[in-house]
Amino acid sequence: MVENVVETDTVPQGPRPRRAFSRTNIMLYGTLIVVALYYLLPLYVMIVTSLKGMPEIRLGNIFSPPLEVTFEPWVKAWSTACTGINCDGLSRGFWNSVRILVPSVFLSIAIASINGYALARWRFKGSELFFSILIVGAFIPYQTMLYPLVIILREIGLMGSLWGLVLVHTVFGMPILTLLFRNYFTAIPEDLHKAARVDGAGFWGIYFRIMLPMSLPIFVVAMILQVTGIWNDFLFGVIYTKPDTYPMTVQLNNIVNSVQGIKEYNVNMAATLLTAAVPLLLYFVSGKLFVRGIAAGAVKG
Amino acid sequence: MTAQDSQVNSVEVHDLDLSFGALEVLKGLNLDIPQGEFLVLLGSSGCGKSTLLNCIAGLLEVSAGKIFIQGKNVTWAEPSERGIGMVFQSYALYPQMTVKGNLSFGLKNQRMPKAEVEKRVARAAEILQIEPLLKRKPGALSGGQRQRVAIGRALVRDVDVFLFDEPLSNLDANLRTDLRVELKRLHQRLGNTMIYVTHDQIEALTLADRIAIMKDGVIQQIDSPKGIYNKPHNRYVAGFIGSPSMNFIHGRLARHSDTWMFEANNLTVPLNKYDFTTTPEPDMPVEFGLRPEHIALGDAATSQPVQSSIVVELVEPMGADTVVWSELAGTEFTIRTDSDTSVSHGDQHPIGFNPSRASIFSADSGMRV
Repeated sequence: MVENVVETDTVPQGPRPRRAFSRTNIMLYGTLIVVALYYLLPLYVMIVTSLKGMPEIRLGNIFSPPLEVTFEPWVKAWSTACTGINCDGLSRGFWNSVRILVPSVFLSIAIASINGYALARWRFKGSELFFSILIVGAFIPYQTMLYPLVIILREIGLMGSLWGLVLVHTVFGMPILTLLFRNYFTAIPEDLHKAARVDGAGFWGIYFRIMLPMSLPIFVVAMILQVTGIWNDFLFGVIYTKPDTYPMTVQLNNIVNSVQGIKEYNVNMAATLLTAAVPLLLYFVSGKLFVRGIAAGAVKG
Repeated sequence: MTAQDSQVNSVEVHDLDLSFGALEVLKGLNLDIPQGEFLVLLGSSGCGKSTLLNCIAGLLEVSAGKIFIQGKNVTWAEPSERGIGMVFQSYALYPQMTVKGNLSFGLKNQRMPKAEVEKRVARAAEILQIEPLLKRKPGALSGGQRQRVAIGRALVRDVDVFLFDEPLSNLDANLRTDLRVELKRLHQRLGNTMIYVTHDQIEALTLADRIAIMKDGVIQQIDSPKGIYNKPHNRYVAGFIGSPSMNFIHGRLARHSDTWMFEANNLTVPLNKYDFTTTPEPDMPVEFGLRPEHIALGDAATSQPVQSSIVVELVEPMGADTVVWSELAGTEFTIRTDSDTSVSHGDQHPIGFNPSRASIFSADSGMRV
């Protein structure tokens, strides 16, 4: 302090100097590095294990890199690993998941965005109540609805089919997605909506020509939420489908948890990584848009 | 109202009510706007002026009453069917469309032939001098340019009635003055009916053919700018218009022989030149209103019919003129004078005014006497 006072005339001038190795920085970066290592270590172990052969794994050095890199476990996991009597690997589960994912994501986002738009801009009598009921739906534990849904799906003849699962995912995505879209559309200035009405655009005209083009970030957020949620779903998959239509997660479980024969750790690791690849890839590609969209949707609520 | 009247007036509002739940925003409002008039709705925020405009536009559903535009009952019509164009305070341009896209959006919704759309857009762009901007997006425009495009969007629709919802409030002071003049020019050129909402009294006084001053969902007075300024109907209007606002002195009316007098603490004003609106009663409590700019200070005071003197408390030089704060008859009193007059704190100056330019309001009802 005394030093500062003495040199007031000359030294404090321009930007204040900052030290790279200040105590705060060491604490901050130290913590971040430790946390990052903590989360990356399992991934590292999985990757190296999946690239080893079984003899090498039996040596028990789980942290050491593979002495001899082999992709055989990956090939086996994808195309020949056995679940029960089927021995065509994860590939079938992958395509099942894709066939569930694409219509579920598309339908849930399309319906929820229209819901959100209607609730934000075309208020009707009781719309607030409707919205509240919808939001309450997000807080009801899934378990209470499992059995009633089995009966509903059986009655409409969709039990065990891919479309039954699509329907379940679409319905369960509705509360949170509607909330997301409603908040985003509420934040778009109302004058814009009024101007479009004066210009003769109706409900759909405003939705497609004004709202949609302005809402790319929130659509990306909704897509990421839905793709990861539906891809990672296990509970609905195992209940509402049958072995032929099992999604990838269920099949992965069946491969990893099969009790007969030896545990092929390398194949299990490869299968797990393959299953996780889709959401992982999505985050890498759209992480920035995701953060931006979440922030935009959260501003007003 | 007869059918003939409906033909004359461009916009008519009959007994309009609007309430949001228990909150009554507009109450039994009536308004007739002749063809080609520039009507300004003026009031402080929350007085219902924008709500009224939204009702006329069809963006809010009315609770009761009827709205006619060009003699047609449009109470249930969609905004786009009413023959109106609207300009918003926030511009409300479609951000993902070019200026041209913004201008033609409404026309395309009407499925107008392409050639006609081109023609109309070109004409509007020419009138507003935004031709070089047609290919740009709103994000790349300045505030003034955006507002011009927003006006253009109303212009291309070729409608009978233009609605403006505080269109200049988001602009900086200089630009506001420029666009104000341009709007007036536009009105002179097009001759459309225009309804303009603002809380800025200068905008209202400069633009309007008639001003409607609103308070609590009720029109207080509707008159020409001159009428509003010189003969306010009630105390609210008198205090609202004018800056600095009118001086009010509490006192009583008294009758001496056949002359009415206004009497306050130490001030007596003969009212033989004052033009009474209603017949006054003796000993009636009133407020005597006098505009700061209608008071002469110094040498000029001697030629005025009523004279007194004040002690200067505060001087506010405003460039073109100077506002002097003082006290008269026990109330705060402001005088607007030429900036050449030399006044300073503590000086005593003679003042003079002409009672014929004053306004007297009943202290009980607030109405003009």
